[in-house]
Amino acid sequence: AAAMAMNADLRRERAAATFQPELLTHILDGGAERTRRRKEIEALVFNDPDFQHEDLNFLSRSQRYEQAVRKSSLMVMKLREYGIADPDEIFWFKSFVHRGRPEPLDLHLGMFLPTLLTQATPEQQDRFFMPAWNLEIIGTYAQTEMGHGTHLRGLETTATYDPATQEFIINSPTVTSIKWWPGGLGKTSNHAIVLAQLYTQGQCKGLHAFIVPIRHLGTHEPLPGITVGDIGPKFGYDEMDNGYLKMDNFRIPRENMLMKYAQVEPDGTYVKPVSDKLTYGTMVFIRSLIVGDSAHSLSRACTIAIRYSAVRHQSELKPGEPEPQILDYQTQQYKLFPLLATAYAFQFVGAYIKNTYRRISGDISDGDLSELPELHALTAGLKAFTSWTANAGIEECRMACGGHGYSRCSGIPDIYVTFTPSCTYEGENTVMMLQTARFLVKSYTQVSSGQRVTGIVSYLNELPRQRIQPQHVAARSVTVRISDPASLVEAYKARAAWLVEAAAKNLQAELNHRKSKEDAWNRTSVDLVRASEAHCHYVVVKLFTAKLSEITDAAVRTVLTELCLLYALYGIIKNTGDFLQAGIFTDAQITQVNQRVKELLAIIRPNAVALVDSFDYHDAHLGSVLGRYDGNVYENMFEWAKKSPLNKTEVHESFHKHLKPLQAKL
Amino acid sequence: SVNPDLASERGAASFSVEKLTAWLDGGAEQTRIRRAVVEAIESDPVFSRENQYFQNQNERYEAAVRKAVHLQRKMHEMRWTENGPELKYIYRALSGDVAFLLHRVFMRCISVLGSDKQIAKWIPPATQYQLIGSYAQTELGHGTYLQGLETTAVFDITTQEFILNTPKISAMKWWPGDMGRSATHTVVFAQLYVHGQCYGVHPFILQIRSLQDHSLCPGITAGDIGPKMNFEHVDNGYLMLQNVRVPRENMLNKFCEVQPDGTYIKRGSPKINYFTMTTVRISLISDEAILPLMKACTIAIRYSAVRRQSKLKPGEQEAKILDYQTQQEKLLPQLAAAYAFHFINKYLQELLDRGYREIQTKNFDNLPELHAFSSGFKAMATQYCTSAVEICLRACGGHGYSLLSGLPSLYTKMLASCIYEGENTILLLQTARFLIKCFSAASAGQPVPPSVTYLSAVKAGKCPAKNKLDFLSPDIYTEAYQHAAVRLISSTAAKLQDLIQSGVKKHEAWNQCTVQLAQAAKAHCHYTTVKNFAETVQKLETEAGIQKIMKHLCDLFALHGIFSNAGVFLHDGYISGAQMDMVTASYLDLLAVVRKDAVPLVDAFDFTDKSLNSALGSYDGQVYQRLYEWAQKSPTNTQTNPAYERYLKPLLHNTLSKL
Repeated sequence: AAAMAMNADLRRERAAATFQPELLTHILDGGAERTRRRKEIEALVFNDPDFQHEDLNFLSRSQRYEQAVRKSSLMVMKLREYGIADPDEIFWFKSFVHRGRPEPLDLHLGMFLPTLLTQATPEQQDRFFMPAWNLEIIGTYAQTEMGHGTHLRGLETTATYDPATQEFIINSPTVTSIKWWPGGLGKTSNHAIVLAQLYTQGQCKGLHAFIVPIRHLGTHEPLPGITVGDIGPKFGYDEMDNGYLKMDNFRIPRENMLMKYAQVEPDGTYVKPVSDKLTYGTMVFIRSLIVGDSAHSLSRACTIAIRYSAVRHQSELKPGEPEPQILDYQTQQYKLFPLLATAYAFQFVGAYIKNTYRRISGDISDGDLSELPELHALTAGLKAFTSWTANAGIEECRMACGGHGYSRCSGIPDIYVTFTPSCTYEGENTVMMLQTARFLVKSYTQVSSGQRVTGIVSYLNELPRQRIQPQHVAARSVTVRISDPASLVEAYKARAAWLVEAAAKNLQAELNHRKSKEDAWNRTSVDLVRASEAHCHYVVVKLFTAKLSEITDAAVRTVLTELCLLYALYGIIKNTGDFLQAGIFTDAQITQVNQRVKELLAIIRPNAVALVDSFDYHDAHLGSVLGRYDGNVYENMFEWAKKSPLNKTEVHESFHKHLKPLQAKL
Repeated sequence: SVNPDLASERGAASFSVEKLTAWLDGGAEQTRIRRAVVEAIESDPVFSRENQYFQNQNERYEAAVRKAVHLQRKMHEMRWTENGPELKYIYRALSGDVAFLLHRVFMRCISVLGSDKQIAKWIPPATQYQLIGSYAQTELGHGTYLQGLETTAVFDITTQEFILNTPKISAMKWWPGDMGRSATHTVVFAQLYVHGQCYGVHPFILQIRSLQDHSLCPGITAGDIGPKMNFEHVDNGYLMLQNVRVPRENMLNKFCEVQPDGTYIKRGSPKINYFTMTTVRISLISDEAILPLMKACTIAIRYSAVRRQSKLKPGEQEAKILDYQTQQEKLLPQLAAAYAFHFINKYLQELLDRGYREIQTKNFDNLPELHAFSSGFKAMATQYCTSAVEICLRACGGHGYSLLSGLPSLYTKMLASCIYEGENTILLLQTARFLIKCFSAASAGQPVPPSVTYLSAVKAGKCPAKNKLDFLSPDIYTEAYQHAAVRLISSTAAKLQDLIQSGVKKHEAWNQCTVQLAQAAKAHCHYTTVKNFAETVQKLETEAGIQKIMKHLCDLFALHGIFSNAGVFLHDGYISGAQMDMVTASYLDLLAVVRKDAVPLVDAFDFTDKSLNSALGSYDGQVYQRLYEWAQKSPTNTQTNPAYERYLKPLLHNTLSKL
């Protein structure tokens, strides 16, 4: 099957592209050299027989877990063998080995080791770091409990200091306090960093982190006082042993509390940490990864759906002519091209946040934390905005593939179930939107009291001036040029300002009516989320537009400008109500926007396949029969199905067990 | 014992849950029958779904076959018949987790398209399960567009047989249920060729497996199409045919026939076939879209009344997440939609029954309307309910992602309904074609079917609402919906006309307008649903408590639609910006009102714990205990960990530290 020629439709599509996809790939990778290196690592993994295995869709959950553990251990060895140490390169390697899926050592590598590095004392690092580095200790990070997730202060696990023995007594006092969800906890780890409420000298000192051994290092059996297991089947994450952990009067030495910042002295005296702002840094980093993941997951889904739509022919457009590619139908273009534009937008936003984080984290180590609150507020909202959009977008891609999208061979079900929890983890999306809203309202209040705000919210400075004019809505009619991205940025800015102001005013009105701040906040929260979304949407349009000026190749710039316009104009169609009500657009302009979007669909159509080729996903990484680079879809669907577990025997055993007796009896 | 957080919700109900349940069922007697069926099924261990979340594809398939076989016995034992009032509740009680559903389609297809002789030959053995049928229409390369099917049936006059072939890979039959492993027979749809001339797609009865040992018949290649997002219990199959011969009598020939000399004759109109499609579409709206949404709402709302997170007021207990406005805004509109669709479905069912009576008297006049109606609503309801269930899933945070919540499997099963029995976009465009036709008829002063008479009574003017309370008047919002639907249909019709007059070819003009056409069809369906909800509430003569809460739900459904599609209503200034603020205010106020009855409103759907099969949604609200207990039953905890001996142990016992 591998030697098959490229599908004629795809060959024609590729030949008709107006730009060179490699040049766009270089932009996405951050330079030609990085593309080269990525492909080198890709080859290293995909040509390595150790990383080959049966299609995961045919394996049971237990087998998938087993394969993942096998590959993870090899991965750790090979990374060291090859001397790959750059974080991006490790990320690539891992993502190729596991094909974008989670794996049981994720928490060990991504949380346990880094937490040791940042929060352990030198003595603790001596005791734990090297064994953990060499995987004699495998750890996880046990924060979430059955009853509490995003609201950390509500966690119930306790760690009570006993000065007599100089130990902490760790307890899960209720069912709801059982640790629930941590990856790698169920079956893999022998240690966990446990977050618990610290009690010393009769007082609660809030959440702190403790290193807790949970399994015997020799037999891997749970230690006395520890109940640990797997939380059962989930939507996706089959290869991950998300676990539960219940601790009953489990004692650990005083030295197992991570004490680089806060400390408990032998007599039980508590020493407060200096600053807790640093933990912001980690959160910003992880959220920036989710923004990147939104972009990649959506890009993969678009690649599959667009290639398949170029291969699939159905029905007739013109009587008597051959069936057209479904990509030629306006409704299909309208489903897919805005998502393609969104995928590009999010790629650029992801890269922007990562770079900003790198720049700021340089400042953090120098002690300058001034930019952190803004970045923190921004990434919270963007994490929610991009993951919600990508989540819905992946499903739209799948639906656009019709029945075959529903088969696991399309690969999209897997992308979806792997991606969708990111709307919940690392901060539930609605809560994240409200965090951004808090920052926006704060900035708005500053502006109202005559102060100026800086950075990405500086557009709020313009609000008081506008308010001097009586009919502000009518007076604001920005003359928007719908084919000019910069002008559309202004339109989105005006919408964000309008919604932030409306939410802030509604909040004030509620405060005037009621006493409690919390009640007023809750009663305004739908407005506040809308304001945050509009703010994030503005940021995305702005960053996409800003990216255009960096592009040197004219052909690439043209096609990206078309995508940027489509992204911005489609967003206006989807939120017409806001733009009309705020007086940013007139009815006639909205009609023009609708018309322009349809023109753009036709303009982008010839480049659609080349635009997904530029994402440059290796077939093995894409994991889709429908999205294969060579487009030989149907032949390979048949090959794939023949390997299905139900086809292992010609006559299924249930025939003898049930069907035959039935026929005999009736 | 019931979790006090749920008990307190129930204590505060403003209406009688039992009476609402009876009304939803269509009378207390129906409730009694339904409960008896559910009880009989659920008390039988063969039908248990307890371990479903832990089973693999092979185990799920086997269980479904076992249940289907056992069901025959059960029906006999309970004296339930194919025409009895119990039948519709059986599928519900089994949650669809049973094999041989396509066997029923096989039989219905023969009954509708077969001659009396064919019916007499095939239906009795099928009823006795001496053969198991399937329905092979969809191919790898073709789904909704039936004319494009590529399987061929060539008439061989010398042997009086049809020779069936799969000429290329894309012509392979793909997806038919019960075909991968179970079926012995199937109805195959193929392009009929006689004397080299193609007569289009026709159905043929074909045996694919031996009745003795179940092995495949000569010339047949068949198997399972592999894992899907759901339907693990169904052996969706593939089928490839190489010179398979069937006798001339195996072509279903009620409406057309190939005579021994090869003469092709048509008799009567197969319009009745449209009626079959319509019936299937309408029945799936209820079983595959509305019921799952009701279940999802039950799970998510009960869980939200039990789950406490963060504080609304300092010093107080953590708040129920159902008390957060954002959570209400996610869930309560979905609850209102479940009710709205329940009522529109009832209405559709009545139309269908009337249509059926008319067809008996050879009156096909209302068929186009019924067809357009069912297409549009199938698309709207499946799409709306699918996204609604996904919202419920995500509103349950991390625990919603566990299969044990029941939500992922509800979601993955129902989303297939957006595709089968007609892909939704195509169906919306069918409805749009009907609407455009009716619109031009109405403009020309010709009579139009009852559901679209509003197209001829276009009123100018603006929304008359003066304050936010005005938006609680059904007349106000129903007219707003009507106005939006008329505007979208008329502007699309005008654009279509303009394009054609400017010289664009008709089909090209149609393609250029399809995005708007689909939107117009949706607006029509949305309007009809709101209007029907309002009328249902108005006619409601049951006690005041129920009417009051139904009115709130109707208002909520209507205002949520305006709030979420503000642009459509603002576009020509029918609703002004200031009025839109009133809509928003009224809508948000309603959330707090409906919040109070949210738990009783889902209790009224009357799902047993077994049918919900959810650790989060049980009636007693003991969420966390159940989650913990169920997790411990997972094979990952009850079986040894093979990865430990093979990989973890060598890893932990320092093979790496030597590096």
